Order: sequence, then structure tokens, then C-alpha cells
Amino acid sequence: MSEGRLRKLIMGDAQADRVVPPSGFTAQLTLFVAGAMAFLAVFALALSLASGRLATRWADELARAATLRINAPAEQRLAQTEAALTILQQTPGVASARALSDAEQAALLAPWFGSSLVLDGLPVPQLIEVIEDDPGYDGTGLRLRLQAEVPGAVLDDHTRWRAPLVDAARALRRLGTVAILLIAGATAAMITLAANAALAANAQVIEVLRLVGALDSYIAHAFIRRFTLRALGGAAAGMALGMIGVWLMPAASNEGGFLTGLGFQGWTWGLPLLIPPLGALVAFVATSRAAKKRLGDLA
Amino acid sequence: MIELENVGYNYGGGELLSDVSVKLAPGSFHFLTGPSGAGKTTLLKLCYGALTPTSGRVRAMNMDVRGLDRDQMAHLRRRVGVVHQDCRFLDHLSVIENIALPLTVAGKDLSQEDANLRELLTWVGLSQRADALPPELSGGERQRAALARSVILSPDVIIADEPTGNVDWDMSQRLLQLLVELNRMGKTILVATHDMSLIRAAKKQVQARVLRISAKQLHQAGADL
Ligand SMILES: Nc1ncnc2c1ncn2[C@@H]1O[C@H](COP(=O)(O)OP(=O)(O)OP(=O)(O)O)[C@@H](O)[C@H]1O
Ligand SMILES: [Mg+2]
Repeated sequence: MSEGRLRKLIMGDAQADRVVPPSGFTAQLTLFVAGAMAFLAVFALALSLASGRLATRWADELARAATLRINAPAEQRLAQTEAALTILQQTPGVASARALSDAEQAALLAPWFGSSLVLDGLPVPQLIEVIEDDPGYDGTGLRLRLQAEVPGAVLDDHTRWRAPLVDAARALRRLGTVAILLIAGATAAMITLAANAALAANAQVIEVLRLVGALDSYIAHAFIRRFTLRALGGAAAGMALGMIGVWLMPAASNEGGFLTGLGFQGWTWGLPLLIPPLGALVAFVATSRAAKKRLGDLA
Repeated sequence: MIELENVGYNYGGGELLSDVSVKLAPGSFHFLTGPSGAGKTTLLKLCYGALTPTSGRVRAMNMDVRGLDRDQMAHLRRRVGVVHQDCRFLDHLSVIENIALPLTVAGKDLSQEDANLRELLTWVGLSQRADALPPELSGGERQRAALARSVILSPDVIIADEPTGNVDWDMSQRLLQLLVELNRMGKTILVATHDMSLIRAAKKQVQARVLRISAKQLHQAGADL
């Protein structure tokens, strides 16, 4: 399409617009469909983004940390810690290992025992933070070796239980993407139906326009413009309502976990703004095809 | 301008026209007559390309009508003004918008044509009714509006199907006057009509030939009307 025609399509031509009579029913149908679909698309997008974020965060934590706990009588603690650190440093796949200081351990326990706790007199196990390399270490092999040389050591790679959850979160993100594609497809289908209905209802008008020398492209544009603008308007309204809905959801918090994170963060608030232009594009293509087919069938 | 060579036409229920040959020379004035149902409208439709002949060949503006694609056909329609038997207006547009419709669809700037449009409305005597809707017009007003619309793009050929079909004698004289003036301006005119007195009246003013359809054939009628 040339630039001039594109401009004409967007800016419109008041005379050309009047040539096709306004049709209340298909107009409302298109507005409603575009609005409802944009509303749904906002939620599918929010779901997709949130599960994507969750998958990334969990996968990150998975990759990062494991804890080695040394339960040993006070007098052996230091020796066993040293031994464990040596083993860890020799283990392939361990990026680094570091014994937590008393202050750090006290901070970890503070939520349960208060910050005035003094660890000295308590049989608190020593914790060693293990940072995994990529590729990671062999958990079973490491455990066997620790069992033999450091009897008090327990390797706790607690975040591993989240591995299936990461898969679930990724699957959820894929479902969100599929939902968005389905919404686009359903919108195209419904606008095609509405455009066909409008073309059929205006068969007489089209015939008269042809009789006075209108090109098919002129007639098609009168319809395309109308449906594209309606889809744009409807989708903008649907998107606005959808975004208000998402915005009204409680803010992300650690306690709420997944559900409260279902929203947009930062720049992703800009993504739903793409929905109305994409909806208009879908309407443009659907109406163009419907008009081309129908006008081609008249011969 | 328009040339039919051995044209035959068949809607599917047997041959309606067969072996019709006629040539409309530039600046000529032809009447087409024949009983109702003889195929006058059909023959006119063949002339402006709304129908393609089942046999033979139609040439309009030196182009074979059968070979035209839809866009070329649209351009041909702009060069041949047609007054349809049933007028064919867009009922949601005013009379003046309907008359200007060929300009609108050709992408012309209406504000530049405004003076022409007003003059044309006065010429067909519809200045007072410019803003009425087509269904509000009388039969004669509709036919004058249809004639005005057919000439707005200043075509070389004007084809009119029963332009005086439902008007009284005075009005049919006025419409004929418009067609005669157009012919004097050099336009090629083809008018289908049953109205013999209209033909007689026209013959006093212009060199008009009369074509008659009977028994599927087109005959040149003699001077004996
Ligand atoms: N679209 C069509 N399909 C089938 N038959 C048709 C069609 N249009 C016209 N006919 C038939 O063809 C014949 C000629 O029709 P046409 O309209 O050409 O006649 P006409 O000479 O213009 O008649 P009138 O003087 O009443 O306007 C008629 O018998 C009509 O019923
Ligand atoms: Mg007829």
C-alpha cells in the first residue's frame, strides 16, 4: 500500500465515509468483540508475564544456592567445617562455598528468636552457603563423600523441589501466549463474519457504486476503514478496562506468592498499549480479505 | 464509440438476442424500441458492459468488453453515462450527493466542482430539491436526477433506459430537450423507449435513428413512424 493510500485510510475522506450507510448492528458487534477480546488479552498478557517472571526467579534461586549444615558437637565443629569446605572446593561444579559468620546466622534466626539472641551457648549448626556452577555438581556423589569424611554434614539443596514448579510456571507462560494467539484468531474470525454481514447487507450499495464507476479498492476501503477504526476504538476501551482490573489487584508480595504477582511491573505496563493497534491490524487484514473475496465473487 | 458484432445473449432460458450488429458513431442519436420484454434493457447492459455477450463481440471505446478486468470496467463506466430504468440511487444520500457520486468515487475534489454541480442541478430543474432524499422525489424528479448523475463526469456516451418511463408529456419533453442539448454538445446518445410520440418529437430536432428489437433481432426502423 502506498503512503498516500495509507494516509487516506487513516485520515479518512468524509465523502467516502458517507457512501456506505452506517450500520448499527455490525458496528456494535465489532466494538463489543474488539473490546471483550482486548480485555481478555490484557489478562492473558498479565498471566504470561507473571508466570515468566516467576519461572525466571525460581530458576535463578535453583541455580544459586544450596546449604550445607554441620551438626557436630561444639569442639568438632570447626574441624568439620574446615573439612567440608575443603571437600567443596575440590568438588567440580561448585562455584564457591563460604561458611556463614555467627552474625549472619543470628540474622537468619532473628525472625524466630529475636535479635538479642547470642549463639555462643547454643548448639546451632554451622551453615555453609554453596553456590553452584553451571553445570552444577553431582549431588549424590557429594553426599556420599561428605558422609564418609564429615559425618555431621547434611547437604540441603532445598530449592530443588521447586524444579517442577519452574516447569509449571513455564508451561503457564506458554499457555498465556497460546491464549493471546487464540484471542487474535477469534477476533479475526468474528470481524470477518461482521464484515461479511456488512458487505452482504450493503450489496445494493456496492452495486450502485460499481455502476457509477467505483473501483473495488474504493469500495473495500470504505469498509476496511470503518472496521479498523471500530476495532481500534473497541480494543482501546477493552484494554483500558483490563488494565484497571489488573491495577486493582493486590500488589505483589512474598506472602501472596504467585497470585499477587499477577500484574505488570515497570516497563511491562507499556505492553498492553500494543493491543489496540494489533487489534486494528487484525481487523484491517480480516476486513481486507473479506472485502476482496466478496468483491471478487461479484463478476 | 460502441460497436456490437454478431452479438447473442441468453439468460439461460433460451436465446433472447441473436446476431445483433450495430455501431454507435460519435455524435449519433439512436432510439431503441420494441415490446416490453423484448430485450431493450439487456441490449443496453451489453453496451455498457454490465453483461457480457454469450456470443459475438462488444467493443466500447475501442476495447473489447470481454477482456476488461474489474478496474478497467470501472474506468469504462466513468466514460459512459447511464440512466438506469430504475434510477439506482443511494437512498441514504441526498439528491445532490447522489448526483455527485461519480465524482466522489472517482476521488475528485467536490469543493472544486461545486459550481458545476449547482449549474447542472439548475439545468435539470432540481435546485430546490438538492437536499431531499431520493425516496422523497417524484418519478420525474428521480429521472432528471438520474440524467444529471449520468452526465456529471462529462462522458462521451449517454445511455438512457426509459428515461421518460413514468413522467407526463411535458416532463418527457423537458427530458428529451436535455438529451437533445447533450447531443448537440457532441455526445453520443442511445435511448430505449416505448414512446413513439417522443421519438417523433425528437426527429423534428435531431438526426435520430430508430432501432427496433423484434424476433430476437435488431432492425433499423424506416422513416415511417
Ligand atoms: N437477470 C435476468 N435473469 C433472467 N432473465 C432475465 C433477467 N433480466 C431480464 N430477463 C428476461 O429477459 C427478457 C428481456 O428483459 P429486458 O429487461 O431486456 O426487457 P425490456 O425490453 O427492457 O423490457 P421493458 O420494456 O419492460 O423494460 C425478459 O423476458 C426478462 O424476463
Ligand atoms: Mg427495460
